[in-house]
Amino acid sequence: MAKQLTTPEERVALFQQLFSDTIPHNKALGLKVVAVARGIASMQLDWREELVGNPETGVLAGGPLTAMLDGCCGMAVATMLKEPKPFATLDLRIDYARPATPGQPVIAEAECYRITRSVAFTRAFAHQGDPKDPVAAAAGTFMLGTKGKVTRTHSMGKELLK
Amino acid sequence: MSGKIMHRLATARKTGDVAGLADAIPYAKWMQIAPENGTGELLTRMRYHDSLIGNTNLPAIHGGTLGAMLEMTAIFHLLWESETGTVPKIVNITVDYLRSAGPRDVIAAAKVTKQGRRMVNVFVEAWQDDRSRPVASASAHFLVQSDDAPPAL
Repeated sequence: MAKQLTTPEERVALFQQLFSDTIPHNKALGLKVVAVARGIASMQLDWREELVGNPETGVLAGGPLTAMLDGCCGMAVATMLKEPKPFATLDLRIDYARPATPGQPVIAEAECYRITRSVAFTRAFAHQGDPKDPVAAAAGTFMLGTKGKVTRTHSMGKELLK
Repeated sequence: MSGKIMHRLATARKTGDVAGLADAIPYAKWMQIAPENGTGELLTRMRYHDSLIGNTNLPAIHGGTLGAMLEMTAIFHLLWESETGTVPKIVNITVDYLRSAGPRDVIAAAKVTKQGRRMVNVFVEAWQDDRSRPVASASAHFLVQSDDAPPAL
């Protein structure tokens, strides 16, 4: 039933479907999955007038970045699950390092660097092409085994191990 | 600084219509996040719409949108309470997710924990049906004066 993930392109396409197209808010933001590997997730958010916080400057509001970083950290967690289980964000800290340059996409890169039975720890950066010049940094922790149905989203860690 | 937002603020103060503040911020309009002061306390409401969902199975509102509305709540609060005439610039925010938020409106209130000359610490709490059962809380730092700072807004 589940298709083997043979190429990086197929993998990205499947994660795009599971983590953006079928998650209404990620879809509304137009989040694009850029890369995925075990413990690693990357997404892109394109600049849009509707997402602006200050109309004078055209700088993105913090909200869309928060939502992308949350989603990207969550995707990194999913890649680490050896046994499928639902999970939820426990806390999320965002440091806004500099304003995002208007008109340019923002790229988030998240890493799940430690996973235990109950908690997963993640870090992420958002940048606009140069990872050394971040727009924002994030640290998120996730509670594993929360209520809800196990879906294919939660089985991706297992599938990536194949 | 930000003429449009400060102009809206001046109008809101004159007419008492705080909801107008949100009209100056495209993201707040898109998210349907707006302040209200019908009860005499400044609250911020995120109206439920389907594109807020992050988990279709529960269903639950996306954690990122809760973080975003907590941040907007702090900004509206600082704009409304401050007399400095500057738009607060967010430095950082830490969000605690306390309960899953169902497909309904989310309401939040902010409180200034510490007001410094340049830096303000704000605590924000969001709930749905019952204020004593918050769905998320946040603490955030904002620069309220200096121009050499990260102006996310």
